[in-house]
Amino acid sequence: MAKSKSRMSQEVNAGSMADIAFLLLIFFLVTTTIASDKGILNVLPPKLDPNNPPPEIDKNERNIFTILVNANDDLLVEGEYRENADGLDEEIKLFVLNFGAPDEDAQALFNSLPASLRAQAKRDPESSDHPGEAVVSIKTNRGTSYEKFLEVFDLAKKAYFDIYAERVNLDTDEYRTLTGKDEAEEALIDKGKEGIPMAISIAEPDKIGS
Amino acid sequence: MAKFKKKTKTSESIPTSALPDIIFMLLFFFMVTTVLREQEILVEQKIPQATQLQKLQKKTLISYIYIGKPKNTALYGSEPRVQANDALMNTTDIVQWVNRERDALPEADRGMITISMKVDKDVKMGPISDVQTELREADARRVLYASVGKVVRN
Repeated sequence: MAKSKSRMSQEVNAGSMADIAFLLLIFFLVTTTIASDKGILNVLPPKLDPNNPPPEIDKNERNIFTILVNANDDLLVEGEYRENADGLDEEIKLFVLNFGAPDEDAQALFNSLPASLRAQAKRDPESSDHPGEAVVSIKTNRGTSYEKFLEVFDLAKKAYFDIYAERVNLDTDEYRTLTGKDEAEEALIDKGKEGIPMAISIAEPDKIGS
Repeated sequence: MAKFKKKTKTSESIPTSALPDIIFMLLFFFMVTTVLREQEILVEQKIPQATQLQKLQKKTLISYIYIGKPKNTALYGSEPRVQANDALMNTTDIVQWVNRERDALPEADRGMITISMKVDKDVKMGPISDVQTELREADARRVLYASVGKVVRN
């Protein structure tokens, strides 16, 4: 009896351990949903103070790029009807970089831009004076779908990011992924933005036709 | 000649005793990186696509708000509703909710609270604008429109 015991192997068979671990691994792989915190950042305007109404701003019509979206998701861009938002980013880019009537600071800004951006300035007197004045206004209806709004907002953001990225000689995607976690990145972000504020105004939706 | 003989002595099987350790390491990696959803989402969530996505550096500053058509239409109706944490709420309660979320943050970060709005594609702008008005009221003005990346067609 004692002899037969001693013949038995002393170590535990660990070969199937891997299989067990694999099973657990696959379970976690399947059940995992990696949380994504990606999105389009927007900063809302401060709340209205009834005692202190916002000052009336008289901006020239030429400095505002108006985009209206109605309840049928049709667009009215600068008074022109269109069915889809294709190409809107290029138009916004041209609008911002128009430099129709730059003042001294804007002229200095213009001279600091790389040649590729300077070439896009059309100097159209009917369009924006300079980037500091230019505002992109998006107005929706209460019945506009969120998807359409986000598409238009996305394109407006793209126009600005394209400009910023081109200024610091980066790809748009590269510029956008800069988070400012160190000083070099922060300097790069600031260099792209300097003098060209991202002025995207989102008007309160109107209630008609919703 | 003797050199050749030596070779035959080497064992041909690969030692597999370290395999479970490797697999366990992988397993622990996934266990650690997994974020289990701690709350049930009561509204439909078809997140829209966009191209200009940005990632936020500090995840602790984000509070989530879900807007969409309730999944249980028999109980909550078919109009878009707002969900925060694990319950549906009225738009008028948002200010209170934001203040609670803000109080949970460390003192220095309170001004930087970001609301991630996870909105269903089919929701109209009306309810969203109502929510945004409340967020302005609560002075939580940093908003992230959650969206997934779009494949750009050329």
